[in-house]
Amino acid sequence: MRKAVIIGAGMTPVGEHWKLGLRDLAVEAIFNAMEDAGIDKVDSLYVGNMISGPFVEQENLGALIADWAGLGNIPAVKIEAACASGGAAVQEGVKAVMSGLEDVVAVVGVEKMTDAWPSDATRYLAYAADAEWELFHGASFVALNALVMRYYMKTYGYTEEDLALFAVNAHANGAKNPYAMFKRPIKVETVLKSPYVADPLKLFDASPVCDGAASVIITTPEKAKELGVPKEKWVEVAGMGRAIDTISLASREDLLTLKAAKVAAERAYKMAGVEPKDIDFFEVHDAFTVMAALSLEALGAAKKGEGAKLAKEGQIAIDADYPIQTMGGLKARGHPVGATGVYQTVEAVLQLRGEAPSQVPDAEIGLTQNIGGTGSNITVSIFRRV
Amino acid sequence: MARPMQVSRYWRHFREKYRLIGGKCENGHVHFPKRPVCPVCGSRNVEEIELSGKGKVISWTIVRNPPSGFEYYKPFPLALIELEEGPIVLAQLTDVDPEEIDFGMEVEVVTKKIKEFEEDGIILYGYKFRPPVK
Repeated sequence: MRKAVIIGAGMTPVGEHWKLGLRDLAVEAIFNAMEDAGIDKVDSLYVGNMISGPFVEQENLGALIADWAGLGNIPAVKIEAACASGGAAVQEGVKAVMSGLEDVVAVVGVEKMTDAWPSDATRYLAYAADAEWELFHGASFVALNALVMRYYMKTYGYTEEDLALFAVNAHANGAKNPYAMFKRPIKVETVLKSPYVADPLKLFDASPVCDGAASVIITTPEKAKELGVPKEKWVEVAGMGRAIDTISLASREDLLTLKAAKVAAERAYKMAGVEPKDIDFFEVHDAFTVMAALSLEALGAAKKGEGAKLAKEGQIAIDADYPIQTMGGLKARGHPVGATGVYQTVEAVLQLRGEAPSQVPDAEIGLTQNIGGTGSNITVSIFRRV
Repeated sequence: MARPMQVSRYWRHFREKYRLIGGKCENGHVHFPKRPVCPVCGSRNVEEIELSGKGKVISWTIVRNPPSGFEYYKPFPLALIELEEGPIVLAQLTDVDPEEIDFGMEVEVVTKKIKEFEEDGIILYGYKFRPPVK
């Protein structure tokens, strides 16, 4: 199998882009990534997107985006794995390069969510749940996560205040990221005073509905050399894993174990030949504060039931042992669902190149974890400085 | 949104949703809804079983911003209920004061209207759970 390196990364700011459509955002991110790599053509395109059909009545995103980005008659498809679509698209791109089938691959993650009414957006997001046994009963995604949050707090004795610390950390880092949707630090009280969306989950426990696109260019070290991309720009894809769990929450063997993340992480660690303690920063999927806690546990950064303890002990800050959400995470950077996994990848690349606005000192190895559904479809990728 | 031609989509599950029909594999593992493969042991020898509809609340939330189509009911309680046969079911709670809901609260199944569509649309019924009527 060949090695894969990321040689270009680009993104658009996350926010409510009323003046830009889905194709505009995707094309801008791809152009930024290609310019960063210093290349003008690619062999193929993988588009990470979750729900363009309901949101903007557009499918066939492979053709749409490759066409509008002027990439020629290349192969191009949409990859869908709910909110983990971006992470899955990156992994599909890496697989194409590693297999030897394609030499230079572009991946773009894009989602345009603000063209819909809020209650319709809530409905479309719930399409990632089990339609017959969850959405049928009026379950929103927030509600499903609230069920997990209440159970987590009860089981391990945590409070709403404890979990709020994840949002506070995300906003502290997002405040320095020019591409983040929310560039203001917040306090624990801000979270606690925000209205309940689905008790005990509050508005500030949740990531926002927003628009955005991010892109990376993947190739082999040999090809990168041939293309004249300076080595300082290379970031190695060291390991990756992906797994599913039951689509409905009620069918879970254990409500408080992200089994899919655990299995995916085991594969990624093995492939990269590293352990959790070797990871310099974790970009976890904090769509809801409780998911950040459960993710740290599934990834082996914390013992079971102790994810929120890491936040309480101040271990998740940029200069601590387990920095997470270095550029704001889903909570502050924003969560344009199908684009999120690619944003995480771009941010990992910036950290490993030493170009991040809130830099983890001497970062050499970083991990991204992207959750689809209520933990039903998860990707874990490990990146290493070359 | 759903139109009358979608009747079949909801009708095909009416037995599960009116009578709580689940599955029981040859090794005795019970699950709900019935699956083609037992999620515990992988057996494909799965029979239908009617569940008692008695259970306990293991977690709950109050849905304040529901998906479109459920605005009429908001806010409403949604819970995970562990049935006495073992499986966990997601359903709305009904006939209960939200303040009274607690971990371990005993509930029983009841057939209720889930939602209705526009004037020419269908009305969906299904299971909800309530404190036992004594």
